[in-house]
Amino acid sequence: MNKINIIIAREFLTRVRKKSFIIASLLGPIIMGAVLFLPAYFAMNSQGSKSFVVIDESEQMETLFVSDEDIEYRYVIMSLEEAKRDLRENDADGLIYIPAFNVEDPKGFILYATSNQSLSTISDIERKIDNYIEEIRLEASGLDKAIIDSFKVNIEVSTINLSETGAEQESSSGAATVIGYIASFLIYMFVFIYGAMCMRGVIEEKNSRIVEVILSSVKPFELMMGKVIGIAMVGLTQFVLWILLTGAVTMGVSAVMVSDGAEMAQVAAGDNIIQMEPTLIENAFSALGAVNFPLVIGAFLFYFIGGYLLYGALFAAIGSASDSDADAQQFIFPVTAPLIVSIISLSIVLEDPHGSIAFWMSIIPFTSPIIMMMRIPFGVAPWELILSMSMLILGFLFTLWIAGRIYRIGILMHGTKVNWKILAKWFMTSDEM
Amino acid sequence: MDLLNIENISKAYSAHQALSAINLIIPEQSIFGLLGPNGSGKTTLIRIINRIIQQDSGRVFLRGQEMDHELVRKIGYLPEERGLYKKMKVGEQLVYLAQLKGLPRVEAVKRIKQWLEKLALQDWWNKNVEDLSKGMAQKVQFIATVVHEPTLLILDEPFSGFDPINADLIKNEILELRDRGATIIFSTHRMESVEELCDHIALFNQSQKILDGPKRKIKEQHKKGLYQITFKGTLEAKEAFSVQQLTTNEEGLQQAVLKFNEEAKPNDLIQLLIKEVELYSFAEKIPTINEIFISKVTTES
Repeated sequence: MNKINIIIAREFLTRVRKKSFIIASLLGPIIMGAVLFLPAYFAMNSQGSKSFVVIDESEQMETLFVSDEDIEYRYVIMSLEEAKRDLRENDADGLIYIPAFNVEDPKGFILYATSNQSLSTISDIERKIDNYIEEIRLEASGLDKAIIDSFKVNIEVSTINLSETGAEQESSSGAATVIGYIASFLIYMFVFIYGAMCMRGVIEEKNSRIVEVILSSVKPFELMMGKVIGIAMVGLTQFVLWILLTGAVTMGVSAVMVSDGAEMAQVAAGDNIIQMEPTLIENAFSALGAVNFPLVIGAFLFYFIGGYLLYGALFAAIGSASDSDADAQQFIFPVTAPLIVSIISLSIVLEDPHGSIAFWMSIIPFTSPIIMMMRIPFGVAPWELILSMSMLILGFLFTLWIAGRIYRIGILMHGTKVNWKILAKWFMTSDEM
Repeated sequence: MDLLNIENISKAYSAHQALSAINLIIPEQSIFGLLGPNGSGKTTLIRIINRIIQQDSGRVFLRGQEMDHELVRKIGYLPEERGLYKKMKVGEQLVYLAQLKGLPRVEAVKRIKQWLEKLALQDWWNKNVEDLSKGMAQKVQFIATVVHEPTLLILDEPFSGFDPINADLIKNEILELRDRGATIIFSTHRMESVEELCDHIALFNQSQKILDGPKRKIKEQHKKGLYQITFKGTLEAKEAFSVQQLTTNEEGLQQAVLKFNEEAKPNDLIQLLIKEVELYSFAEKIPTINEIFISKVTTES
């Protein structure tokens, strides 16, 4: 076996067998799934086991609040004071007080709650009362409800991107933003995590002095490349595991939620807010469908590898120049500044994904992995993508070359106070092996 | 036949000259001692032989072939600063290092198992290196150095960190490897520690080689015609010899170092002495490498 393959295999295997890797691989998708679905899940189930006591002093709304499996409404006939006192003993979540109100100027409705109620619960109650009073007023005015209903409009603006070829492409900037953000942050995170892993690996080899034994078998550049590539494969493995596991978690959770959701829709049928929701959901799905997922995932893999190689090489060089993590700190910030600038610039890019700042930052290799991933969901011309990718390849070849020259000297240096001047001197030293 | 030819090697680190035009021939199957104080250039020379660093000028030949990245696999190198991956298992780590030296995996596993057994470490295959005692880690490192059966073994301060029992164990392993055909280079600043092992030596001081050759020959050349005797009685200097040193030893015997004033045989001296004193012992005083080194360095500077 080729020496560099042996090194790659070691770097890869020792890391993927670590407990921390396995835990991160399992937890990542669970956390992602939780972030995506838990809010929705709680929102759907929060009304679950509520019960409200209703006092109707108007004597008009005896049938307005109908118990369903989520909320139990119990009409009582007693004074408000008594009801309030009984509230806690009755184990109810709240008391809806309907006063004898004037249809022309309805007020005095109160919800006494034992705990804070969600906005949706309150708006649900408000909507029921609103609808009831509206109907009374309609009847009083003598207008036909059917005619009024026919006046109501509910339009959705669908956005269609005209691409340069003239083809129409349905898009949703909301979906593009979310996908862009997730991809950009993942790249940022991965480059940082795996770059730092690379650096610590080099420092470990240097500090444990095993490096001298290894360098009597392989060239410094082979050792560095083996480590950089091995860790890249760890990152890829983690990413693929995350995709697969997130897919599994998503399917599992959505299967549960769809059955819940269908029941809810049935129960709530006839309620005009819920009636709107199918179109919203449809829109969201069609917008997601408009995002070119193979392109996004392919580009993600490319920019992840490219960005990692570019920064990983620099991290390896930093590691070779440092005797400890603390020594490395002084170099980390300047080297990773472009990454941080990229993340900060995301909102600017988002405002105008095709503007000149967005364009240039997605071409320059030090910022392109993050910025391009933000732009791709909004649609990027093929020539820009090709230019950006070519620049990134040139970029990491360049940093690998620089890093290799620093690494071969730094890895054997101990106890030297290293600064930028010394790094430059190492870089200039000409003894090519 | 010579195993290693070092021709005119020079190396400088920025302002500091580490090696100045070193020429050295290391014979096949010798145990060659590179001796000298810290900072005399030994480790730099070793790293150049191993191609870890590049010389500024000069060449290294192994059996007449210029050293390159393939040839360097025939070397086993134990650096002075020992180190292993702490979080890696003993067996796995040894297999990895052996593979880097070009050994196929299966062969590596087989040989490593034999070596671990030989050094009483067979139960440690699956243990992390950080769980080993210092002495065990040293043994593991030694196995890593020799497992690919190198033609040339370069050991930098090999006995530092070993207790006397393990040092002896390793010493015997080294002698066995030599008998099976390996050539061994020792590097040390503790001259006495390898004096008994080495058959050839080279002395380094301040980037220069100041002396080299077969150990016996060097000692022969540096004999000063001194003899050490123990006796009872009073000894006075004669025409034939002078008394360099006179002490009393633990048993109450007198002890003296004598120097012949002319070319004379030991027997003549003994004949002279037994007339004067009661002679208990008589031995030629052979200089230690350390003494030769000190006299060389002081006369040169």
